[in-house]
Parts: sequence; structure tokens; C-alpha cells
Amino acid sequence: MPQIFHPSFNTLSRLSVFGAAIGVVGLLILGYLFMRSSYQTKVNVSIDQPIAFSHAHHSGELGIDCRFCHTTVETSAFANVPPTYTCMTCHSQIWKDSPALVQVRQSLAHNQPIRWRRVHDLPDFVYFDHSIHVKKGVGCATCHGRIDEMPLTYKAEPLTMEWCLDCHRHPEEKLRPPTEAFNMNYHLASSEQNAVGKKIVEQNHVPSAYFLTNCSVCHR
Amino acid sequence: MKDLSTHEHGRTLWRSLEELADSDEFHDLLVREFPSTAPQFLDPTTRRQFLRVMAASLALAGVTGCAYQPAEEIVPYVTQPPRITPGKPLHFATAVPLDGFGVGVLVESHEGRPSRIEGNPAHPASLGAADSFSQAAVLDLYDRDRSQVVLHRGRVSTWNDFHAFLTNEMTRLKATKGDGLRILTGTVTSPTVAALMRELQAAYPAARWHAHDPVGRRNTRLGAIQAFGREVEAISHLENADVIVSLDADFLAWGPARLRDARRFADRREPNDQRGMNRLYVAEPAPTITGAMADHRLAVRASEVASIARMLAQSLQGNEIAAETPHGSWVASLASDLKSHRGKSLVLVGESQPAEVHALAHAINALLDSSGKTVTYHDAVCASPINDESSLATLTSDIAAGKVSLLLMLGVNPGYDAPIDLDFKRSLKLMDSGGHTSIHLGPYADETAQLCAWHLPQAHFLESWNDIRAFDGSATIQQPLIKPLYEGQTTAQVIASLLGRLNESSLNLVRKYWQGVMKSGFDAAWRAAVHDGVVAGSNAKRVDVKPKALAELLEADQKHPEASALEICFRPDSTIWDGQFANSGWLQELPKPITKLTWDNALRISPADASRWQLRNEQVVELTFKASTLRTSVWIDPGHASGSMTLSLGYGRTQAGRVGSGQGFNAYALRTSTTLWHGDGVEIKPTQSHHPLATTQHFHNMAGRDLVRATTFEEFRANPQFADHHENPEHGGLSLYPGHPYDGHKWGMSINLNRCIGCNACVTACQTENNIPVVGKDEVAAGRAMHWIRVDRYYEGDDPNSPDAIYHQPVPCMHCENAPCELVCPVNATVHDSEGLNVMVYNRCVGTRYCGNNCPYKVRRFNYFGYTENQPDNLKLLHNPEVTVRTRGVMEKCTYCVQRIVEHRINVEKEDRPIRDGEFMTACQAACPTRAIVFGDLNDKTSAVSKAKQDPRDYGLLEELNTRPRTTYLAKLTNPKAEE
Repeated sequence: MPQIFHPSFNTLSRLSVFGAAIGVVGLLILGYLFMRSSYQTKVNVSIDQPIAFSHAHHSGELGIDCRFCHTTVETSAFANVPPTYTCMTCHSQIWKDSPALVQVRQSLAHNQPIRWRRVHDLPDFVYFDHSIHVKKGVGCATCHGRIDEMPLTYKAEPLTMEWCLDCHRHPEEKLRPPTEAFNMNYHLASSEQNAVGKKIVEQNHVPSAYFLTNCSVCHR
Repeated sequence: MKDLSTHEHGRTLWRSLEELADSDEFHDLLVREFPSTAPQFLDPTTRRQFLRVMAASLALAGVTGCAYQPAEEIVPYVTQPPRITPGKPLHFATAVPLDGFGVGVLVESHEGRPSRIEGNPAHPASLGAADSFSQAAVLDLYDRDRSQVVLHRGRVSTWNDFHAFLTNEMTRLKATKGDGLRILTGTVTSPTVAALMRELQAAYPAARWHAHDPVGRRNTRLGAIQAFGREVEAISHLENADVIVSLDADFLAWGPARLRDARRFADRREPNDQRGMNRLYVAEPAPTITGAMADHRLAVRASEVASIARMLAQSLQGNEIAAETPHGSWVASLASDLKSHRGKSLVLVGESQPAEVHALAHAINALLDSSGKTVTYHDAVCASPINDESSLATLTSDIAAGKVSLLLMLGVNPGYDAPIDLDFKRSLKLMDSGGHTSIHLGPYADETAQLCAWHLPQAHFLESWNDIRAFDGSATIQQPLIKPLYEGQTTAQVIASLLGRLNESSLNLVRKYWQGVMKSGFDAAWRAAVHDGVVAGSNAKRVDVKPKALAELLEADQKHPEASALEICFRPDSTIWDGQFANSGWLQELPKPITKLTWDNALRISPADASRWQLRNEQVVELTFKASTLRTSVWIDPGHASGSMTLSLGYGRTQAGRVGSGQGFNAYALRTSTTLWHGDGVEIKPTQSHHPLATTQHFHNMAGRDLVRATTFEEFRANPQFADHHENPEHGGLSLYPGHPYDGHKWGMSINLNRCIGCNACVTACQTENNIPVVGKDEVAAGRAMHWIRVDRYYEGDDPNSPDAIYHQPVPCMHCENAPCELVCPVNATVHDSEGLNVMVYNRCVGTRYCGNNCPYKVRRFNYFGYTENQPDNLKLLHNPEVTVRTRGVMEKCTYCVQRIVEHRINVEKEDRPIRDGEFMTACQAACPTRAIVFGDLNDKTSAVSKAKQDPRDYGLLEELNTRPRTTYLAKLTNPKAEE
């Protein structure tokens, strides 16, 4: 009776057994990489907006303070996107005929709000509060990156839970004096950060990591 | 089983008749922890089906778990309204109407979207509390079944068409000075509406104003007229009363001052109060929450209450009560107690008793020197008429005689709730066939609207300007929080349109009236009134009146009920009232305080009567009463008077809307104009059919452990430590797990059973605050009600016909120190936080339900279905944005309102100061009329909750399990009269 399997099948069978194992692990790794990729997290991916608004121009070049538009950042959980009226305080005087601003003018004329597309979107079971972060010395740039250098706004950080917890576990590594919260150019050498950060933690009564990693701090 | 429920302290507590009777059914229930779901596992075919469903749902759950987050938009204002900070709610004062009277509330608004109602501390009828009706009003606002457009003979029409029609009619009526014009309203206290009605009556002197209110205050008002010769408003001051007698008066749940009375009553239930504990005597047919608070409760037929009042009056006059008189000893003991508390006692009579009894009580109060101390008399508050000329009966006979050519029904539903002998539906048909016109203004296109030529949508009080008075006459200007969602107009607007003022805004009408009242300084006064929720100085003036002499009143009234005839009582329903809240899912699903029924009413009968007719729970009986018949389901009610039975109003509606239509049994089908509240001579015929009722009583059964601890005031003084049963002395507080340091806050709650009246305000508060879904009758019957806090009810005593006591016990999550749920969660979805909260992490939960199984308190709730997923858009507007809306397949439970804790912590940290005790409250605590719930920081030794926990009456539920609950109870005390 002739052999059914050619000797090379030995190798093949070994290959398929190990290959399957490697394949499964590989798929998991791929999946993990995919979850972390900017395709998934949308980091560094700018989103088309109804109006090509440039933070680089307004904040970076003109030096308008963040709070001129985002007025509620120090008082509310939600840092508001400015009403059309705010845009028109300037744009009724300058660039008042610019074709780029047609939608802004129409919004005011027809009392129709501008529908911006959300760039930083946390899951609905996460309750983030801007005001307390600013108060405790988290700078705008810490989470939003150098927004003053973004022609079109994009996410600078992944906003994953792991990323949030990095700071909630070691707030001293990221905090800056609250007076510098809105300063886009604030820079501290990494060697000094820990010492400065620890002082801020103390001065601002930043709760312990034990507290800050409570589920109930962000989830309700 | 019996040995379990009779514990070492010699008291017998039971929750249901099956439990007391130690029946097989009860054993069965006890063995199966989740009784209604268990049969699915035992029956082979359904088991297979169950597995199939589970497999499908697993697959689906897997898919839904990976849902891609949809792209979202940010839509800012074009021009931001002043004072709005996106993300920060605003609060506005207004008042919620019920039976024509207002209770002041504060409404929370998120970016112009009213989402939640709480009491207004500055309002005399609220004192900061809000009952279930008030809180559920916000759900009515978003009800998509509300009437949306003008209907002319069932077809969509417009206000313009209606106004054109009306203008013609009014020109015709002008010639006859309004002869043939009739207006039918409910109880009216609104100053603006009253002023417009006066104006209308001046312009059309022959027009007539009729009033009809299925609950209303007719007997109370007529009783005052009988006693004093004029209409006055009696205001109780329960804080001054040592002895309170309630003659069928459910004053803790019924009446315009219910919340205030409940607070004042509970304030005097504190054993440490220098004034001492008050004592409550209640004589009533069906147990009410007031009866459950009684120190001496007498279950009597409603028709006997009058004779008890008479007996009491005679006894107080010094006449001896014959020993054999029924209830004679009860009354004699009561009379002696009253005599020894002259000037510190109060006799209250319920609206359900005839005017004569009210008059008697006024005279008794005068005799006992109460006037000016425990009760004061004030000018009348109601503006609607009370004389016979204006009654519904006169209107029906006038319609039959063809005297009515234009009938306006404003905010009433007589097509459903008029007494059956008046046959108001026929009257409406007569109007139509006689070529006359009937017009209906109402929030729903209801039973009345179907029979009217015109139906007009009524604006909700949260979307229009109105005004209303409270029990003491204090007026509130009701301000809108949102633009009208539909095309509704207010009662005032419709009356103004009769006067030719078409489409005048509701704001204008209210403002104009108050401009006339406030005169100089109007702007400031108006702003202050709208802001505060009370018009300063608008309360009714106190008057000095003396009632007729007791002897005179006793002589006038000598009716005696037939003792043998079977009696039926009609009472407003504890949750949907007279039927106006029938379409409110929150109120339908709210367990009724005593019966714990949801979604239905039932004929409540005493256990004695049930065995007399061999009736079982849920059996259908046919009632015949004065030529009408009604089939209804039976509910055996321990403590109900024998020879009497009670059916609550408000059910059996046909045009209530998607939620309310077809639920329960229509008591109005038996109610006649001479037997509005009770009548003798009902016949009962058992049938073989069965109507299932959904009760929350049986599941989460806690098998007779020492759950409610109670004693008398006297015994408490002798042994203040009575509630401390020294559970677990051998391993007190031991745990395998390391403890938590709690170096910051340490939240805790204390529930004072002595103050709790079981009114359910906390349950509704929790539902609105925490986005808790309504699940429907079938799901409740399956034990899947979602309320995070429930109010358990226990009976004490051996005789089911007259239980010694009825106790209420609110049970939220205990936030155990050694939480059994935390240990069994395979995915760490329920964990302890550093401030002692047992938190539930929805996004981790995979729905094993191990935690629910392991929770001895059965306070965890599971989303068996996506209850919130297919909600209509307008109901989504109702959600509290600070709380996650849970999806299918996750467990949920009381969070101690963690969103409020976080909000306040952030607020105070921004102000660099510590949280002050009492600065914020949990939703249940804020709503509680009696302040029975205290919440705060246990690390702050001066906080109210710390002090409560140091009280000797403090005890934990099921402490013997070493769960170390963080929510504890203050034991209940009763204050019966010392035996002589």
C-alpha cells in the first residue's frame, strides 16, 4: 500500500500547527496595533469643518486668548464652542466680505447655528470637566497639543482611558502653574518637571492618585 | 417558616397574606429567589427556547459591544442667551398644579430643556419637598400623546378657524347677554383666570360658571360653610398638635398642604424633641399612608366615620358612651386623650367625608380650644363656585332642557370622570344633536374631546404663563421653561378669546392681572415674584370666625347607615390620582404605597370579607351598584375595614394615550353623584376569571429577619438601645480584604423610619435624577422593575384583619463596606471607591448578574432589554445629562447620586474650600417631604448624618451578614396612649 502522505507533509503539518498559533498571536497584535493606530484614535487626523477655521491663525499668529472664544472653560465642564455672535464681533469689521466666511454671516443672518464636527469626542459614559483641570494646572496644550500651530484642528492625543490614567496616576509629571494653563509656549525641561509638578500638586490640593483613579471620578 | 418570621423580640412581621398564612405558594416563592423568572428553567421546552434566546442575545451583545461611536457635532448658539453657561443647568421657580392648588417647585433646565423638578424651599406648600405628582410633571411635558393641534369634529383644524367660529358665536350670545353660555372648569385658584371669569360674567351676565372636579374640595368647602356660615380655609398647624385625630383624612397624601403637613407632622415624631412626640389616631376604611403612621388605627366603614365623629363630639360634651356601642371604647379613650390636651390637639376630616362631618370637626376643634393654636382660619382661596346652581348636575339638566347653546369645558374631562348617574356622555351627545356646540380644552384629546365639536390643546404649565394659589392663598406666577412644544394655549387665553382678545399671549394676561394688583413698583415686584416662586404678601388674610355650637350641629344631623349593607368606597389613586396622570409611565409604574400594585387598580377588600366570599387575589368579581356593573380584580388588603371595599379612581381609561389606555378598572362606572366617596348596597358576584396584577411585593423577599425595628416611645425611654441587637459578636466587622483608609470624605446615609411616611417621593426623585427606565406591567410582574430605591412595606401582628402596625422601609443600595457584590464580579465592574461608594462601572459590566444574586438586599437592577434604546426623541430630552443612559445587558443600582457628589466637589475645589454639610443632597433626600433621609460625610463628626448614626436607634439592615452597610436606619417608634 503506497503511503498516502508524502514526507513533506510532516513539515507542512508542523508549519500549520505553529503557523496557526503564530497567526492567532499575530492577529491579536495586529488588532492591538490597529486600536492604537491613528486610523482608529484619529490622532493627527484633521477633520473637515464647515468653515476652514484656523487656530494657527487666530491663536498662534494673532495671539487671541483661548478664553476669548471658549468662555466657559474655567466655569463649566464643557468648554464651549463660541456662538456665531462671537465670530462676528470681529468679522463684522474685518474680512467682512470674505468668501470664506459666507457661512458665518449666513448663520447670523438666518439665525441658523453653524454645525461643527466634533474633534475630541469622549465616550458618553465619560464625564470630563474642563474647569477643574484648568484650575488644577492642566494646560490646554497638555491634552490638545500645540493647537496654536494647527491650521485645521486635529486630536494631538489619543484620549484613551490609559492615556487619561497616565496623568491621574502621576499628575506631577504633567501639571504646570495654573497661571500658565493658557500659555501655548509654556515649556519646562523634563528634569525640572517632577519637582515643579510636586509643588503644584501640594499647592493646588491635587488629590492623591488613589483618589484620582476611582472609577467614580470620571464615570457615573 | 413561621419560626423564621417570629424572631426573638416577640413581634411578628409579615409582608403578605401568603407569608402570614405560611402557605405553599409562599414557601415556593421563598425557595425561588427570583420567582417569576425561575419557571423558565424548569420547563424543558421553555428552557430550550431560553437557551436559544440567550445564544442569540450573546451574539447580539457581542456585536453591540463593539458599536462604532457615531460622529458627533457641536452646535453652538448663534447668539448665546445671557446667563446660560453651556454645561451648567439653571433653575426656575414655578408651581405644579393638582386639583387647582399649587405646590412650589424649582425646575432644572439644561440649555433650555426642563429635565427635573424639585421642591421650592421658599414656597409654603413645598418647604423644599416635592411629591411624585410634582416630579412626574416633567414627563407629561414631553409626552408625545399630548394633544398637539386644534380638532374640529375629529379633523385637524387651526386656532384661527376656531376663533372665527367663536367670534360668530359670541356676537350671537351678546344679544342674549350670554344666555346659553356655560363654562365648566375644575377647582380654580388662579387669580388671572378668576379675574377673567369676573370680566366674562360682567360682559355676559346670563352666562354661568359650573365647576366639576372628580376629587376637588367640595365637602371641605361646604363643611366650612356649614360650620361658620361662610367659606373659610382651615390651615392646620401640626407642629403645635400633641394629639391628632384623622377621621378618614389622608392628610399626608391628600390635600393642597400635604407636603407641609407631612413635614410638620414628622417634626413632632422625634423622641428627643422637647415638645414630645405627637400621637395620631386614625379612623379610616382602607389603609392609607396616614393610617400606617397612626399610633391608634381603627378600621371602620367610611359611612361609620360620621357616627364616630358624633360619638366623639358627644363624649367631649360630657356624655357617657354606652359600653356596647361599636368602637365606643376607642372613641372614649380618644376623647379622654383629647380632653387632657386642650389647645394642643386637632381633629382633621378628609374630603371623602360629607360636609356635616367637617362641620362637626370644626366645632370640636373650637370646643377643644384649638382655634388659633393648631388650626387657623383664613379667607377662602378657591375662586370657582361651590353652590348647587353651578354643579355638574344642574348643567346636565340644563343641557337636557336645551338651555345650553355653547359649552366650554376648560381643563376637565367629565366625559370620563363625571358621576355615572348624570350620564354626561349623553349630555354631550345631546349638545351635538340639538345643534349646540361643546368645546373642550385639555392636555389630551381624551374621552370628553371625542364627544365635542371642538377640541383645543391645552398648554402645559411648563410651557406657558399661568398663576395659581397654594393652600394658604400664596400665589405663584408659573413661568414657562420652554417654548410650547405643540399648539397649546392656556385656560386664561381661551377665556380671553371669549372676550374678544384673540391670541393674546399668556404672559400678557398674567402680567396684566398682576400689574393691577402690584401697581407701583410693578417691575421689581413682578421680577421678585417670578424669581422667588411666591408673590410676597399674597397669602389669605386670617379671619376670626366661630363655628356653630356643637349641640346645634349634632341636632341637625341624625342619619344612620345600614350596618348590614356592603359598602364601596371610591378614593383617588395614590399614583395616577383621578386619572389625569394615567399616561405617565413613571406614576403608573410607581408601586402604590400600601398595596404595592403597579399599572392597575384593584378592589381592595379585607381578609375577612375575602374568606366570606371565598375570593383570592387577582380573581375577577362583578360588582353591581345602583344599576351599574363593573368587573374588577380583587386585592386582599390587610387592615381594610370589613363590610367595606375600596376601588381607586383613575383607571379604565379609553383615551388616555399609549401608556394609560386600557389599564385597570374604571371606578367612575359605579360612582354616582350621591355616593361620590362611598355608598352602601353594593353587590359582589365572584367569577371564575382571573386578571393578573403586577405587584412588587413578593420578589426580593427577605424572609422575616429583623428588618424593621420598632418599639413604643415608652419602651424606648426605658431601653434606648433596643435596636442594637449585637449582631455577629464573634466576628464583628472582620474581613479577609484590607480596609480602606478614607482620608478624604466618607459618604453615608441614614434613613429615619420614624419620619418616613412611605409616600414614594424618593422613588420618583431617583427615577427622574438617574434616567431610570419604565419597563411595563409584564416586566414588573417578572420582577424586573428598575427603581433604584424601593419602599418595602411590612405588617405587624397576628390578625390580618387588623394588623398592629404597618411599616415602611425605603431600601436603596446600602453601599456595604464588605460588599458581597464586589467579590463576585468577574470583570471588576462593581468596585469600592476611596470615599466609600460602591460604584457600578457600566462600561465594564458584561451582565453576568452574579452581583445581583449575591446582594442580600436585592437592590441591583438589570437591563434585560434596551429599555432606553428606542425611545422617541422627545423623551430623550428628559434625560439628565449628568448620568449615563444605560444600555441593554448592564447592571445598575443606587450610586448615592455620585454625579451630585462630583459636581459639588468640583465646585468647592474651584472655590478652595471644603464641602459644607447639607450643601448638596441626593435626589431622594431632596424630595423627601419629611426629611427622613440624611446624607453626608461620616468623617465630619458634626455632620447631620454622623449625628444620626450616633443615635441609639441606629441599626443596619441584615447587619448579621457582616456586610457593614453604610446606609443605616433609625428604628421606628410609636407613641400609643398609656393604658389606664
